[in-house]
Amino acid sequence: MKAFLNIVSRDLRLALRQKSDLTMAVLFFILTAMLFPFGLGPEPNLLARIAPGIIWVTALLAVLLSLERLFLADYEDGSLEQLILSSTSLEVAVLAKVLAHWLTTGLPLILAAPLIALLFNMDSDAMTILLIAMILGTPSLSLIGAIAATLTLGARRGGVLIPLLVLPLYIPTLIFGVGAIDAAMNSLEAGAVIANARPHLLLLGAILLVSLLITPLAGAAALRQSVE
Amino acid sequence: MSVFHRFANPNRFLKLTNQVLPWVSGLTVISLAVGLYMSFFTSPPDYQQGESVRIMYIHVPSAWMAMFVYTSIAIASVCSLIWRHPLADLAAKASAPIGAGFTFLALATGSLWGKPMWGAWWVWDARLTSVLILFFLYLGHMALMHAFEEQERGNKAAAVLAIVGFVNIPIIKFSVDWWNTLHQPASVMRADGPSIDPSMLWPLMIMGVAFKLFYIVVLLIRIKSELIEAKLRKYRRAVVDKAH
Repeated sequence: MKAFLNIVSRDLRLALRQKSDLTMAVLFFILTAMLFPFGLGPEPNLLARIAPGIIWVTALLAVLLSLERLFLADYEDGSLEQLILSSTSLEVAVLAKVLAHWLTTGLPLILAAPLIALLFNMDSDAMTILLIAMILGTPSLSLIGAIAATLTLGARRGGVLIPLLVLPLYIPTLIFGVGAIDAAMNSLEAGAVIANARPHLLLLGAILLVSLLITPLAGAAALRQSVE
Repeated sequence: MSVFHRFANPNRFLKLTNQVLPWVSGLTVISLAVGLYMSFFTSPPDYQQGESVRIMYIHVPSAWMAMFVYTSIAIASVCSLIWRHPLADLAAKASAPIGAGFTFLALATGSLWGKPMWGAWWVWDARLTSVLILFFLYLGHMALMHAFEEQERGNKAAAVLAIVGFVNIPIIKFSVDWWNTLHQPASVMRADGPSIDPSMLWPLMIMGVAFKLFYIVVLLIRIKSELIEAKLRKYRRAVVDKAH
């Protein structure tokens, strides 16, 4: 547990000193989302209808951008080898790195999402569901992405490979993330919002649990291979 | 000794392959010929879909193979990671392009079938989408396998990816039951027996067997050529070493 916290705080400190990395994902998220009203026209009803999809797709791409640096710096400066040699369980270390990644990418995206939702004219019920869906969904994005990040360590064109490996695995999160908000927006009575979105939110939770289980195992296996 | 085992095993495998290959190839040709004849001439046209139902005899076996080959890759990957079996890596490597080919065939024939039946080349239905994801998983698997300087690392990384991607297979199988979508639900492999008429089931089954045999033939040929290539590399290195 102590090792876990040590790794998390180390990664957070590193991220805070490199503020450009920290803000890049959020800026990318806001800027690309802002492009859509220009591309599709500023009609408020249309924007409200497509907002869930746009927010999720741009959030997904923003996470994708940040994945390469998740393990690459440690791999290049040799601290990864030290980590593998140390007595810390590698599975725990992977989870710690993923948590730090989520705190520096997923969490800022969640905080920025209401802003975009406002710009896209989403109502407050849908916005609540959007936040719940993102809280359940973005950790899965970090977890699944970590697998691809560890697998491509040392690969030629690793940065190009990551999207090819990760995007197919991100699709379920995207489907249920958007589905939850759509269900909330389509519910006619005010009380039915949560009930309608519930199946989608439960599935998002299921994806999170499965990736919580798979990522430490697959990530640790891939890290061991990368330094062999 | 371990070196011996490593080389003994592929040689034994090659010997076995050479014995088995002519028989399997013959069976493939026969079953493919019979299956194609039955599906194009003796099986009846559908009362609703007419002659276009014959696409099914290519489409359904391709889709089965798309999932079957991915499952084989996942099993081979498990064997490769746990027992470090050298042939398992080769089998996974040789299977991936075949599986991608079958997946593409399933998507393409499905699209050709969808146009007259649903009125669209493509719909974003659960099963179609999950098969498309499977196609991209194949592509990612192949790209990752060839992305490293050392082939060994590529094999291992691709093995981990194949096992992770396996979660998609049950999703494809049950997508049509879980979500009520445009693609029809399972009509052959279901708990209460097939709901499809024997006059259509038989050609379909024979085509399914023919596709499996075809996969085995191509797989064996590809593994064989990989082994021969490895041997050639070894000889070439020996010659170069001697020259120095």
